[in-house]
Amino acid sequence: MKCQHCEKPATFHITELTGADGPKVLHLCEEHARGFLSQDSPTPMASVASALAKQLKLGQTKEELAELDRKACPVCGITFYEFRNAGRLGCPYDYTHFQKDLEPLLSNIHDSLEHHGKRPKRMAPNADLQAQAIQLRREMDEAVEREDYERASEIRDQLRGLEANENQDPPADSSSESKES
Amino acid sequence: MQQNEKLDELAGRCGEWLRGTGPESDIVISSRIRLARNLGDFPFIRRCTNEDRLAIERTVAARMNKLEDWNDVRYINVDELSEVDRQFLVERQLISRELSESEGARAVAVDPEEQFSVMINEEDHLRLQVMHSGLDLTKAWQQINHLDDLIEGAITYAFHPKYGYLTACPTNVGTGLRVSVMMHLPALVITRQIDKVFRSLQKISVTVRGLYGEGSQFTGDFYQVSNQITLGKSESELVEQVGEVVPVLIDYERRARQFLVDQNEQDLHDDVSRALGILCTAKKISSEETMHYLSKVRMGVNLGLIESVAVKKINELFIHTQPAHLQKLHGRLLGSSDRNVQRASYLQRHLSGEDGGPAELN
Ligand SMILES: [Zn+2]
Ligand SMILES: [Zn+2]
Repeated sequence: MKCQHCEKPATFHITELTGADGPKVLHLCEEHARGFLSQDSPTPMASVASALAKQLKLGQTKEELAELDRKACPVCGITFYEFRNAGRLGCPYDYTHFQKDLEPLLSNIHDSLEHHGKRPKRMAPNADLQAQAIQLRREMDEAVEREDYERASEIRDQLRGLEANENQDPPADSSSESKES
Repeated sequence: MQQNEKLDELAGRCGEWLRGTGPESDIVISSRIRLARNLGDFPFIRRCTNEDRLAIERTVAARMNKLEDWNDVRYINVDELSEVDRQFLVERQLISRELSESEGARAVAVDPEEQFSVMINEEDHLRLQVMHSGLDLTKAWQQINHLDDLIEGAITYAFHPKYGYLTACPTNVGTGLRVSVMMHLPALVITRQIDKVFRSLQKISVTVRGLYGEGSQFTGDFYQVSNQITLGKSESELVEQVGEVVPVLIDYERRARQFLVDQNEQDLHDDVSRALGILCTAKKISSEETMHYLSKVRMGVNLGLIESVAVKKINELFIHTQPAHLQKLHGRLLGSSDRNVQRASYLQRHLSGEDGGPAELN
């Protein structure tokens, strides 16, 4: 028997018991089975993809979708198109930036939009500072890439300042917290 | 926290969750709960540069190192391990396949009893997991909740007042909690009731998945029951949801076992004894075949049809005969056909005599 996704022989036979139309048997080669099994159940990509598909059926036009796809997070730079393809978001701020577009998705997946579980005893002192830190890291990487080391070290200092501002542990200075291996 | 390369020392032992004890352990192999957590001031893993990943790993390691009761915790830099060592941790369920196969700075912290592990830089920055032998979800939840509280005291998580703990995949947002109960359901498979049983459970929001084939941890008669949603219900409600389904499945499986015994005990006895016979005498055996027969023997032991082997021993053999464990126990890398020979000889040694008394075939 051949793998359902390629020409290789199917050596894995997986029974997925949660399909909408009852149990489904998958015949997969080792590589595709690994990909499948390494996903945490329920297969996140499948739920994200099907929730997105449902959302599209609910009347988004092609133009609206194309526009949504181009929308990018100002903090990490991920576009909605990239998220749609990978099923993974780019940074915590995405939940705020894409809020309007994510809510139908969340309610498709979880049938709920509101967390009712535990909350951290110590909330982030300032969520904006956290987002700013992510943004600075991205700028620092870009500076390093264009070999602007002066700018990169400026940003590094700013980041340290932010971390000190967060006022918890000493900043994560890699030299003092180095791993021995 | 100990930096520890000596994984070999783990190989001969088996983790807490394989003790083969705990409530309902004739049918429930293990209860596992995991929490997905992320740092608030870093992008999610997919958008991390190598430097980000390293900074996360170092920050988390340094902060966890200062936690109370953290002295005996073993800290393993997964990126520095050989492939067989990484596979070994996957077989023990201490790390996920995803963590094993990704690249860059990543690590796992494991307690000495192997009850909990904390993966760093998996799909989320942190994946906490607690695993117990048998059905013990309440205790597993208390333990992981405590662990989460401890870590939360040292690390600022990404948290949204409305959506809860923020995760890379929207399927985990909210509680970030996944409860998984691994069950051994051979009689439901033999009596062809399994599909029907699961279909009847579908309206409840749990997912059940069967695994089959070399490379997966368990085969054939093993099924994993987990919660489907993570947002909108409290952690204890989610734990309860899975906890309510499991006894129903246990009951079905017990009835199916009883049905098999009532219908033709001799045939069943013959079948499980032959399975033990093959495991004790084969000269070459694949891991798939081993799983298949070990599953039968396990049921035979639990039904009192086989008395010469302990469930703990069988649970150990499930793990020890997997490719990476076999190679570590043997002390060198082996190709797949050499593994089949070594696996057969390992089974023979551990089921008939040398280790744990003679295995008479009742
Ligand atoms: Zn394939
Ligand atoms: Zn973002």
